[in-house]
Amino acid sequence: MRKLLPILLVTLLLPAIVFARTPPDVLVVGQIAEPKSLDPHAVTALNDFRILVNLYDGLVRYREGTLEIAPALAERWEISPDGTRYRFFLRQGVRFHDGTPLNAVAVKFNFERMLDEAHPYHDTGPFPLAFFFSAVEEVRVIDPLTVEFQLEQPYAPFLSNLAYPTGLMVSPAAVRKHGKAYGRHPAGTGAFRFAEWQANAKVVLLRNPDYWDGAPPLEAVIFRPVSDPNTRMAELLSGGIDLMLEVPPDSLQPLREDSAYRVHEQAGPHLWYLILNTREGPFSDSRVRQAANYAINKRGLVENILQGSAEVAAGPIAPAFAWAHNPEVTPYPYDPEQARALLREAGYDGSPVTLYVTEGGSGMLDPVIMGTAIQADLQAVGMPVKIETYEWNTYLGRVNPGLAGKADMAEMAWMTNDPDTLPFLTLHSQALPSEGGFNSGYYSNPQLDALLDRARRSTDSGERAELYHQVQALVHQEAPWVFVAHWKQNAVTAARVQGFRLQPSFFLMLQRVSKP
Amino acid sequence: MTAYLIKRLLALIPVLFGVSLIVFLMMALIPGDPASAILGAYATPENVARLNRELGLDRSLPEQYLVWLGNLLEGDLGRSYSLNRPVLAEVGERFSATLVLAGSALLLCSLLGLLAGLVSAVRQYGWADRVITLLVLVGISTPSFWLGLLLILLFAVKLPLFPASGMYAIYGGGDLWDLLHHLFLPALTLSLVAAGVIARLTRTAMLEVLRQDFIRTARAKGLSERRVVYRHAFRAALVSVIPVIGIQAGFVLGGAVYIETVFQWPGIGSMLVQAIASRDLLLVQGGVLLVTVSYVLFNLLADLLQSLIDPRLR
Repeated sequence: MRKLLPILLVTLLLPAIVFARTPPDVLVVGQIAEPKSLDPHAVTALNDFRILVNLYDGLVRYREGTLEIAPALAERWEISPDGTRYRFFLRQGVRFHDGTPLNAVAVKFNFERMLDEAHPYHDTGPFPLAFFFSAVEEVRVIDPLTVEFQLEQPYAPFLSNLAYPTGLMVSPAAVRKHGKAYGRHPAGTGAFRFAEWQANAKVVLLRNPDYWDGAPPLEAVIFRPVSDPNTRMAELLSGGIDLMLEVPPDSLQPLREDSAYRVHEQAGPHLWYLILNTREGPFSDSRVRQAANYAINKRGLVENILQGSAEVAAGPIAPAFAWAHNPEVTPYPYDPEQARALLREAGYDGSPVTLYVTEGGSGMLDPVIMGTAIQADLQAVGMPVKIETYEWNTYLGRVNPGLAGKADMAEMAWMTNDPDTLPFLTLHSQALPSEGGFNSGYYSNPQLDALLDRARRSTDSGERAELYHQVQALVHQEAPWVFVAHWKQNAVTAARVQGFRLQPSFFLMLQRVSKP
Repeated sequence: MTAYLIKRLLALIPVLFGVSLIVFLMMALIPGDPASAILGAYATPENVARLNRELGLDRSLPEQYLVWLGNLLEGDLGRSYSLNRPVLAEVGERFSATLVLAGSALLLCSLLGLLAGLVSAVRQYGWADRVITLLVLVGISTPSFWLGLLLILLFAVKLPLFPASGMYAIYGGGDLWDLLHHLFLPALTLSLVAAGVIARLTRTAMLEVLRQDFIRTARAKGLSERRVVYRHAFRAALVSVIPVIGIQAGFVLGGAVYIETVFQWPGIGSMLVQAIASRDLLLVQGGVLLVTVSYVLFNLLADLLQSLIDPRLR
């Protein structure tokens, strides 16, 4: 053994000497998990979307750096005056990676596979987000390059939903060929084509030289699942990955000061808030709700607990929706004096309130510590808070059916792709839990309902924007929630990675990235 | 011998049946369902019901279990809904990775443990014994996931000698050297706790054997000390240590759950963590069954080894 040991060590160390850094023109991305499937209609996770948006295109997409709708596979579109017919004119000469043409028939196939339970390839699902397109009554092929969607009723978020990964276009020929295994043999029209998926090790995409929007500078992108954030960090520092996603806030500061890396941050269409029970208890009075907004030190939460990984929120519509966001509505300032005055005015008797806190969950940031800090802030203005903590799935099971008889406040977070989604699903009086919606605090205001209904029916984005400005101002004033924070996504790249920026959509667009 | 083997293997069947029933009930008891896990924020009752129907989860629990059991008898473990691929393919791939990791960790911890125990028994109360006892204590008390991170920090980041994670290099590689290179740190981490336990037991067993009459007889016969210790005492001590190594196999497989996550080793441990988080019942069932079978087989192997060494047990 004594003689063997040095030999063993040398043979183990030898490969280390030739252990190479990542080669030029190949970008290695450290993902947070193994993708579930590369079929864009079958998945729901951001982690999967990050790969998909580089493999596929939709009819429309978000304009670089915004959440505005821009042409992609469709060069232009027309909307009928009543807002129920959308006609798309497809780009000429676009082919899927398997060589088959992208045309109106292919588009029709994509939507019918998702929506029609009798479709021969519906069994290649399930398609959990197909309801994004539940307003679609019929898809018509007008000519090879023109396709028309007939909606049951006007539905303005339709375009945003088409820009979401659920609206990416898959090759019908590839679906027919691979059936249920399509998710592991994907073919799209994107800037990169699929090369290899080694389960639990890597997904390799190669440059598509014929890309309709110009071939990308990178030759290949390799997505590696590294689920432990500390290990992901070690991989970045040892040169095993070029781009790391979801860096723990603790690790960001040293990287900011290191010239070998670049830190990217971008706030997105996310909101962290407290649902207030407006049906019963102290929060049925809007003055008490406003008092809670004044009493909680949101800047303190964002800077000290979330360590700068979020921005203070003012209302239900995130600033990431730049076109619909009302810049005149500013966050409630931290003002305990004002909070005490409002509580006195409302005649609040100091009876204790219950706050539901979750241990963790999608988009929930640091819910337990946030909950205790909020408890301390409210207690400081004379509102005793009792915390009840639940595991995420149990938590949703308690919150979604409504807070009545159980709690006065509950933590919640949403990430959406259109300004319509969050207020429509959580504040509209038709979204009460009894109607199958998420309005767990029972807020009901005919004026808000009317604004949301009009915005949903409108086909003019200027008019929609104006309506959402009013929604933001009204909801801010009425305070059915405590508006807390918008999460900022972060990523770190090695210094030689060029042309990368995070998008407000949180999608990872690598079409313009290079790495000499 | 063959009759004994067949008996032991047949005893596996009720064990597997019981385990599968327990896993099934536990997965049904923990809150949350796969449809909600998939839909996240969009889990309206309507969407959940629709997805449950498409996943075949709208049937009653006993019905679901019987369907699963029926398919199992035909060799079909079902299809994982979180990975959208057959459970058998995923579990098979993952298990071979775990076998490589756990197997080499088991080998490593047996070597290290036996060697350390032997040295510290022969040199009882000497400095080697003291150092080894201290190291063993540290080894047993260190949480292995923390040790793993520390080793990554030292030998992958500060001194870039080993890759930080994964089983093969991302480009090139793929050969045996590449595998060993990636295997070293996780296997070492995984083996250290078990090595400590084995070292302690080997030391105790050796000390006991060395005080027995037949050792005195061997020395009186004029055998060399080396021969007495290695041929006679060590062999006798091994008989009581080997079943413990079999039991350590279970701990090593359990420890793989953490270590595979830290080192991103594509094994069955990290698969089970993901499967439970996404409430992927069929994947959990497939994984747990395979781990159970391998645990029982490891122990059977240890028993066989023991009876090979000790003729009294045959």
